[in-house]
Amino acid sequence: MTANIATMAYIAAIILFILSLGGLSNPESSRRGNLYGIVGMAIAVLATVFGPRVTLGGIPYIVGALVVGGSIGLYAARKVQMTQMPELVALMHSLVGLAACLVGYASYVDTSIVFAGAEKAIHEVEIYIGILIGAVTFSGSLIAFGKLNGRIGGKPMLLPARHWLNLAGLLGVIFFGAQFVNAHDISAGMMPLVVMTVIALLFGIHMVMAIGGADMPVVVSMLNSYSGWAAAATGFMLANDLLIVTGALVGSSGAILSYIMCRAMNRNFISVIAGGFGTGGGTAPAAAGAGAEPAGEVTAISAVETAELLRNSKSVIIVPGYGMAVAQAQHTVYEITKFLREKGVNVRFGIHPVAGRMPGHMNVLLAEAKVPYDIVMEMDELNDDFPGTDVSMVIGANDIVNPAAEEDPASPIAGMPVLQVWKAKTSIVMKRSMASGYAGVDNPLFYKENNRMLFGDAKKMLDEVLVALKS
Amino acid sequence: MSLTIGVPREIYAGEKRVAAVPEVVEKLIKLGFAVRVESGAGAAANFSDESYQAAGAQIVASAAELMGGSDILFKVRAPAPDEIALMRPGSTLISFIWPAQNPQLMQQLADRKLTVLAIDSLPRQLSRAQKMDALTSMASISGYRAVIEAANAFGRFFNGQITAAGKIPPAQVFVAGAGVAGLAAIGTAANLGAIVRANDTRAEVADQVVSLGGEFVKVDYEEEGSGGGGYAKVMSEGFQQAQREMYAKQARQADIIITTALIPGKPAPKLITAEMVQSMKPGSVIVDMAGEQGGNCELTVPGEAVVRHGVTIIGYTDLVSRLAKQASTLYSTNLLRVTEELCKTKDGVLNVNMDDDAIRGLTVIKDGSITWPPPAPKLPAAPPQAKPAAAATPAKKSGHGHGAGEPASATSLAIIFGAGALLFWLVGAFAPASFLAHFTVFILACFIGYMVVWNVTPALHTPLMSVTNAISSIIAIGALVQVAPPLLAGTEGRPDTLILGLAVLALTLTAVNMFGGFAVTRRMLAMFRK
Repeated sequence: MTANIATMAYIAAIILFILSLGGLSNPESSRRGNLYGIVGMAIAVLATVFGPRVTLGGIPYIVGALVVGGSIGLYAARKVQMTQMPELVALMHSLVGLAACLVGYASYVDTSIVFAGAEKAIHEVEIYIGILIGAVTFSGSLIAFGKLNGRIGGKPMLLPARHWLNLAGLLGVIFFGAQFVNAHDISAGMMPLVVMTVIALLFGIHMVMAIGGADMPVVVSMLNSYSGWAAAATGFMLANDLLIVTGALVGSSGAILSYIMCRAMNRNFISVIAGGFGTGGGTAPAAAGAGAEPAGEVTAISAVETAELLRNSKSVIIVPGYGMAVAQAQHTVYEITKFLREKGVNVRFGIHPVAGRMPGHMNVLLAEAKVPYDIVMEMDELNDDFPGTDVSMVIGANDIVNPAAEEDPASPIAGMPVLQVWKAKTSIVMKRSMASGYAGVDNPLFYKENNRMLFGDAKKMLDEVLVALKS
Repeated sequence: MSLTIGVPREIYAGEKRVAAVPEVVEKLIKLGFAVRVESGAGAAANFSDESYQAAGAQIVASAAELMGGSDILFKVRAPAPDEIALMRPGSTLISFIWPAQNPQLMQQLADRKLTVLAIDSLPRQLSRAQKMDALTSMASISGYRAVIEAANAFGRFFNGQITAAGKIPPAQVFVAGAGVAGLAAIGTAANLGAIVRANDTRAEVADQVVSLGGEFVKVDYEEEGSGGGGYAKVMSEGFQQAQREMYAKQARQADIIITTALIPGKPAPKLITAEMVQSMKPGSVIVDMAGEQGGNCELTVPGEAVVRHGVTIIGYTDLVSRLAKQASTLYSTNLLRVTEELCKTKDGVLNVNMDDDAIRGLTVIKDGSITWPPPAPKLPAAPPQAKPAAAATPAKKSGHGHGAGEPASATSLAIIFGAGALLFWLVGAFAPASFLAHFTVFILACFIGYMVVWNVTPALHTPLMSVTNAISSIIAIGALVQVAPPLLAGTEGRPDTLILGLAVLALTLTAVNMFGGFAVTRRMLAMFRK
């Protein structure tokens, strides 16, 4: 295969990748979109393997690596539970990051590529940046993985003077970068490169450690973005347009998702990345104190009474949150939905953009439980429908249904768009306890006159509701 | 030691309600109380003695025995002097009292050394008091019943119909006073298919009228009619003149007028004059719900239905008793909620906590000393709070600058473009041509990604992430070209094994991603179904 044919194959792969992302614009075309992605990837790999840059001797290694890695990947994809999707995605991001690092090192020690002058400097900067992004992605994703599956606590870990630490890290990276570019041979350049890698790894750890559990959607999509930029940097390093384009696609996709997530929380991207809640962490408790303390009393409700309410209603909106994922309650939710829909009750789902631990997390869980996607609505689609709704049921969510965001300008979450569940005739909140949500803000919803609390594990309570409904 | 709750038969003429229904008796017993019910107490509301027994109550033959042996009495109507004489000194009474109108009764109750909770004295502004608010529950019943009485006396359908026999116009209903009773009447009449108009001196209820399917008729005169605590107040002369004109006009149009206007502690305002009645169409109906306080219509005879100038004027004062079963159920549930407040420990012992705003308001006599009227609750501070909140929200938004669709300010745009221009100039000045070609591709690809990804539906964000993740394993290409490149001469120093090792490792890692990512996306997308 000549170089030109290989290049044309790359262009075909690029087009297929773009079509693949475009296919995700609605669920019907999405399956085809995924297929485009697979075909594009296959074309890209085959064109490279049979192209001018790979000799015959490498093929056994390549086949071996693909078989080993591929079978691990397929096994993981089959075994993973839908509630663990965020963890899996985070882990996969870390693999891309690590691969980018390895390719960067390999490229640096490769003496067969010889540049001179400005080209050499540019090439070395590309290697340096590629490894930097790869390392940050790698360690950051690993920490995110740990946080998502609970091996590392969800609380933000805030080191004193952490902004200064980050700044020092950045200055160190620039300093060693200059040393690296000025190094006259490979062994002299190795030291600054390794030091920078260590700094980048530490920075990735530190950055994600400082971010709390509910900000995870932003972190996961941000790391998604980084893995794309890492691929793009590798593309520059190897002068490969396919890598550049694909990396840029992935990078901008992740960046947009991060932006959407931040907007859904009415928060600034910088403040999420800077960690903690609120702009500096230190000001958060003060702001919470300034917010009005909700007063009144909480009315509890039993599972049997909940079933009674649901049975007597005409329209129901269910608002799921991370609690539903934790309790694995989505299948019971579906059973209840099915039962009510057969009775002619209009049941819909209201999904807040940041519900769960990654963008679209709730949609996937509900899809897994066979909930038809045309009754799963976005926040903006159904927020106006709450006043005409008989029962709104909140399952394991808190901050995304907090009326203080709209009513109390002093609240730390003021201005965040929320699902207005309290406007329904009755709202039922399923929660394990009265503890406040991630933002640490008390929720006046619980004290509203038309709100009922159903305390207990979501799965267990919903099972009881289902039994009561069917009896 | 648990206390005994006694439920006597109501002796007031025409009163059919009972202060506790069997369902509530059961719950009272769960709270730890013993419950005794006078034989026949629930008969008028269709609750048999057997049903009380089944709920766990003890049936007592006479009122004397019941009242003498009860620590707490649940009643509907305020007790008659004979009844007070039967009560045990030191016991507690919960019922309607109307302390302002009945000073004599208050004195008698105090002389008997009772503790009295007047359900009508509940501070209704407290949001947690709503569940105990018997006035509201009774008013909504009477509003419903008023429409039913009107429909009964009215010779036509409520809803408009087009039948084979001709067209039937819908009935026109006018409701004066959109309090709880008025709103219930509006809802009921609208549900029956009538065209409903309503008026109230408090302009803020207009939304509620509309939400129930009515049309709010304004009086053409500027004045705010909200007295304290959600009640209306007496209006000025000019306003009353304008109001009279409006009523006269409505009277000519309406088939049915339902009046609910009450001002606390005063006789009911005369809204409908004799001339207005005269101007109404023959066969029309007026239901005057203010009959007990003298009526809103000049021609009302309290307690009776009369026909004047061809118009049926219903002045029943027992609308609630005409729906005795429903009224008893709601009233006794209200009493149950009061009891729960008084007995938070659920051990059958009352604790009349005078520090609690709701209970303080309810309690008009405590251990024989009159505690009515209560000190003014410091409540209606809520509305002024709401307004600054509403004003502050938009300000907050504009300050944030990250909202959707909000165009960035001119300065920040200028800064972004400036920084962009500087960056581009630097790249152009120093980078070699080969880099620029790649850079062009890179920038364009970023924009394509931006355009494509905005179209992705939020429901598919997770599949988007896993598919982009799979695609980012394109980095495998980087590893592939390093495994075994065709080497030119003069590169003997190349550490082949090291590079091969690194590349194979990177390839394995990306293969996990590549296969796993696509497979898991496929699995996820297969789940999305209609």
